[in-house]
Amino acid sequence: MKILVPVKRVIDYNVKILLKADGTGVETANVKMSMNPFDEIAVEEAVRLKEAGKATEIVAVSVGPSGCQETLRTALAMGADRAILVQTDTETQPLAVAKILKALVDKEGPTLVILGKQAIDDDCNQTGQMLAALLGWGQGTFASDVALGDGSVTVIREIDGGLETVELKLPAIVTADLRLNEPRYASLPNIMKAKKKPLETVTPAALGVDVAPRLTTLKVVEPAKRKAGVKVPDVATLVDKLKNEARVI
Amino acid sequence: MTILILAEHDNAILKPATLNTVTAAAKIGGDIHVLVAGKGAQGVAEAASKIVGVSKVLLVDDAAYEHALAEPLAAFLVEIGRNYSHILAPATSVGKNVLPRVAALLDVAAVSDITGVVSEDIFERPIYAGNAIATVQSRDGVKVVTVRTTAFEAAGPGGSAPVETVSATGNPGLSSFVSAELSKSERPELTSARIVISGGRGMQSGDNFHLLEAIADKLGAAVGASRAAVDAGFVPNDYQVGQTGKIVAPELYIAVGISGAIQHLAGMKDSKVIVAINKDEEAAIFQVADYGLVTDLFKALPELAEAL
Ligand SMILES: Cc1cc2nc3c(=O)[nH]c(=O)nc-3n(C[C@H](O)[C@H](O)[C@H](O)COP(=O)(O)OP(=O)(O)OC[C@H]3O[C@@H](n4cnc5c(N)ncnc54)[C@H](O)[C@@H]3O)c2cc1C
Ligand SMILES: Nc1ncnc2c1ncn2[C@@H]1O[C@H](COP(=O)(O)O)[C@@H](O)[C@H]1O
Repeated sequence: MKILVPVKRVIDYNVKILLKADGTGVETANVKMSMNPFDEIAVEEAVRLKEAGKATEIVAVSVGPSGCQETLRTALAMGADRAILVQTDTETQPLAVAKILKALVDKEGPTLVILGKQAIDDDCNQTGQMLAALLGWGQGTFASDVALGDGSVTVIREIDGGLETVELKLPAIVTADLRLNEPRYASLPNIMKAKKKPLETVTPAALGVDVAPRLTTLKVVEPAKRKAGVKVPDVATLVDKLKNEARVI
Repeated sequence: MTILILAEHDNAILKPATLNTVTAAAKIGGDIHVLVAGKGAQGVAEAASKIVGVSKVLLVDDAAYEHALAEPLAAFLVEIGRNYSHILAPATSVGKNVLPRVAALLDVAAVSDITGVVSEDIFERPIYAGNAIATVQSRDGVKVVTVRTTAFEAAGPGGSAPVETVSATGNPGLSSFVSAELSKSERPELTSARIVISGGRGMQSGDNFHLLEAIADKLGAAVGASRAAVDAGFVPNDYQVGQTGKIVAPELYIAVGISGAIQHLAGMKDSKVIVAINKDEEAAIFQVADYGLVTDLFKALPELAEAL
């Protein structure tokens, strides 16, 4: 059984982002980039399924500029077997990524695609659901547990009220939430080995997919800033301020 | 122009998130229809018909929609959705699960988590954990949009829309509901509470959350948590506030033993008044707090409970 894992290259979650002065977007030049944290969790889950003897091959995919090779090497070092870079310099939006992934699924025939639930740059939380739609597959989003059965997969989902368990027919889509697992750090020997694993590059055009963005970004600005508050010396003062100044209790 | 809103409910009660979504729809303009898809959800449809601004309620009652599974629900929404200019849902775990599936089936983009409506096709939405606000335009035939409920007021009562029953489109049979483990609480819901008190890693254990609960009960507050507190198993996942948890904007947010990582701030920095209790005066949470108390929480919390 093959697992496909899409991994996105994003600004590292520890970096404080800077906006471009002309309001067109976020500065990405000379900024530390990493694999989207949810995608690390997705890769880890796939690797664990392989280690448990339930999967035979893991293919990592990234859509974006050539720098995504680095992200794919990280996935390979974590345990993916081979990688595909769908190279484009166009801004990638979820619908276009989902169409590219569909084309790859049609070619590769995986039984499971595990994505991150959300990319921490665009915060869209869409791609897995869209891919499931295009393929006509079931979707287990926001997964905190994945159990493969015979012809089905049982997914525990983190929902607003608590947890929900669903069963999906295979093949299926899973999107990883934070508590699905704790991703491993790639060891040095594995990082070295990853350099020799196959990494194939294709273009969206070769897959027959039009990646032109559907949403136009008109501007990107800073959110309203909160004004600095005050420190209070003790609980009594706090309660007094909340009652008489802020009037919220 | 007619807007379709997917109502959020549990078959018995219409969730307040629907009311905020109606307000976002009213800002877009045009007729507003609310879809109640569920099982035995007649009462929900009646509640929806009383929201001011709603001109029609569609009720589809079928076992396929009982648990809001994405596959049957999206299949249904695509059938009726083609006739609408916009399809909206609150950005809850249901809305986020279902609407992108609908968008892809309609071959249109989805716009997630809007916080502002500029015009019928231009929306504002936070990106990078709320550290930037993007204004985006959709030229697709149907705009599929999820709404950040904290950014819009709740629509009030006063409507009297007719309820029209529509027939189900069947279940594609890709998924089935097995079970749910829902947190039970007498306290208000996190996303609609007027006051929220959250604990972080500094709480040290799940047992210590009773210190927060004592205060929550006095204030009528909901209890939340940071990711670290959830990951450590102090409290269930649905307590998590943040970029990838719940977004809250109460009148008063009290952060206790929480350092203030950007991912946490993303979920609460639009609260009206923020209080931080932390023993580290350098903690980032103090940069957004209106009132900061630098002290040991194990000393402050019993005092606070006493003073209220
Ligand atoms: C992809 C991704 C998504 C994330 N999503 C979220 C999210 O949605 N929500 C979220 O919260 N986090 C999220 N995080 C995690 C976030 O980065 C932080 O790790 C987390 O918020 C830290 O939680 P904390 O403040 O409780 O813990 P810490 O950062 O460990 O802070 C604990 C604080 O408690 C204080 N403290 C300790 N003991 C006491 C005491 N006795 N009295 C008073 N103060 C005390 C300390 O001074 C410290 O400031 C995410 C991270 C990633 C990578
Ligand atoms: N450009 C991309 N390349 C590879 N995977 C992607 C890309 N964009 C999104 N994804 C996948 O889709 C998930 C959700 O992304 P999003 O819908 O943008 O929040 C991510 O966690 C990735 O697994």
